[in-house]
Amino acid sequence: MGVDSHQTYSRHAWLDTISRIWAWLFLLAMVLFFSLAGEGFFTAFNLQAILANMAILTIIAMGQTYVIISGGIDLSAGWVMGMAAVISATVMNSLPETTPVWLVVLSGLGVGLAAAWIAGLVNGILIARLNVPPFIATLGMFGIARGIGFLLSGGMPVPIYVKGLGFLGNGFLLYYHPTVGWSFLTPPAGLAQADLRNLTGYFPFVVIVMLVLLLIAHLVLSRTQFGLHTYAIGGNKEAAMRAGIPVARRLVTIYMLSATFAAIAGLVYNVRFTNGAANAGEAMLLDTVAAVVIGGASLFGGAGTVIGTLIGALIISVLANGLVIMRVNPFWQFIAVGIVIIIAVLIDQARAQFAQE
Amino acid sequence: MDAQTTTHEPVLRATGLVKRFGGLTAVNDVSLDIHPGEVVALAGDNGAGKSTLIKMISGVYRPDGGHIYLEGKEITMASPLEARALGIETIYQDLALCENLDATVNIFLGREPTKRLFGIFKQVDRGHMLAESNKVLERLDIKIPNLRRPIRQMSGGQRQAVAIARAVYWNARLVIMDEPTAALGVPEQRKVHELVKTLKSQNVPVIIISHNMQDIFAVADRIIVMRRGQKVGDVRAAEVTDDDLVSLMVGAT
Ligand SMILES: Nc1ncnc2c1ncn2[C@@H]1O[C@H](COP(=O)(O)OP(=O)(O)O)[C@@H](O)[C@H]1O
Ligand SMILES: [Mg+2]
Repeated sequence: MGVDSHQTYSRHAWLDTISRIWAWLFLLAMVLFFSLAGEGFFTAFNLQAILANMAILTIIAMGQTYVIISGGIDLSAGWVMGMAAVISATVMNSLPETTPVWLVVLSGLGVGLAAAWIAGLVNGILIARLNVPPFIATLGMFGIARGIGFLLSGGMPVPIYVKGLGFLGNGFLLYYHPTVGWSFLTPPAGLAQADLRNLTGYFPFVVIVMLVLLLIAHLVLSRTQFGLHTYAIGGNKEAAMRAGIPVARRLVTIYMLSATFAAIAGLVYNVRFTNGAANAGEAMLLDTVAAVVIGGASLFGGAGTVIGTLIGALIISVLANGLVIMRVNPFWQFIAVGIVIIIAVLIDQARAQFAQE
Repeated sequence: MDAQTTTHEPVLRATGLVKRFGGLTAVNDVSLDIHPGEVVALAGDNGAGKSTLIKMISGVYRPDGGHIYLEGKEITMASPLEARALGIETIYQDLALCENLDATVNIFLGREPTKRLFGIFKQVDRGHMLAESNKVLERLDIKIPNLRRPIRQMSGGQRQAVAIARAVYWNARLVIMDEPTAALGVPEQRKVHELVKTLKSQNVPVIIISHNMQDIFAVADRIIVMRRGQKVGDVRAAEVTDDDLVSLMVGAT
């Protein structure tokens, strides 16, 4: 290795480091800024709200992470989520009133998943077997899922009339009240209505669900053959094929995985807002791609991590929350996220260019 | 001209291979033998049929005529994967590496070893991959400072070394290289020559396609010359000059 090439490598390593840590630094700076400048930002209540509010985004973004690492993109995930949310809401309403809540939730999830899997399977077959570019295949599915969601719901959100569902979506693992003390799963009994505002919850259920899914998604991506093949396909599809990796099958699985996360996100929406809306995931395209790309994934494929995507989702969620706390018009969030996406891609391109040299 | 005097059973024997593309006969009745530890250069002008010939041997194309024998047994291959399973490893010009992944992963790509965590979770055994990669690189006398760097950050010669290590690790009985030095600088070409000699010293035969006379004379024991799909020469490298080869390639006398 000559002196020249060595310089290129170290300059490239430097860029690599920057591209790996800038998101962490950016997140830290934002948290510091809002903590100092925004009243009520750095409280247990608000920080947990940030986490609970980002659950849906994070869950879909995990699927998007796999897809983008494989060298594709899933434009349809947000609308598949909405379609699944409408379907599971309808299913939950159709069950007899005596059905236990856990069974209601499982039934809703089951049927929502089944519908989402059809969408994911069609995406996967179009892309892996019929060589339709991911952008086009999933754009088509974007329209189809959107249409089905609106048709099934008649264009209106479907309210869910199941007792105890909202509790699941908005409840906590632990509660604390200054006079009554701690209690597990439910608020302490016998609290007066006026006393409720002194009650603090810890560990929202949806955050726990999000963390468990994050852990699984992370382990599968970083440790299994399937995860490794996802990187290989995104890095060099031809080489992956020649090495004997069943590329088409892997790609179908990846798009079905994305649909799976979308259906789970749809269910989280159901329990959190006790309804199912076809456009529930409308904002998800911008936000998930932003989270994944901010997290260090390359839109050229072959790079990205679940932890990185989590950081990306945190940045978006902290930004949204901070802007509200600072009484800035929340629509600025879209502009900020749009700018951040473009900056992240510019860094990625610079990195790719140095790698070429 | 025939220079085969060795008495071993050939590792690979091909007889009467034919490949047609429509009206064009790309390879026309070519036979060859490759013996243990032999380096055979395949020379010839562009379009002479060199790549088509090796693609039949590496399972990419099914021959339209002829037979292929590996260690005496006739073989037919439906895909390159089947050829690899038989021990015929081909290193293409583009190397087919995943540049975003490290050397160890590339060596094991598609055949990753796994171990179970807590008896259920089947994960890729990176420790085993690293240890085995170190072993095969040592066997080939290749030094790559940090095996956990992505291939993207390696030099051309190091990439070639990884591709060769991958082929050898899986107990190749025959290694085929298509223009291995085409994209390399002179020092790295030399490194590839050394690697070919290391393979030879371990009794692994190598077929090397090359345009480059330096390549050919640096490593080859024998040279097979192709012209317009036919084998027009099969000579000992020590017995010919550059000029002899060129005239065989172009058909002058
Ligand atoms: N897949 C193919 N389809 C049609 N013609 C081909 C194909 N591959 C090679 N040929 C033709 O066969 C001949 C031999 O090609 P090739 O084996 O690539 O030669 P070389 O590797 O010696 O340059 C050329 O005339 C080439 O155009
Ligand atoms: Mg060729």
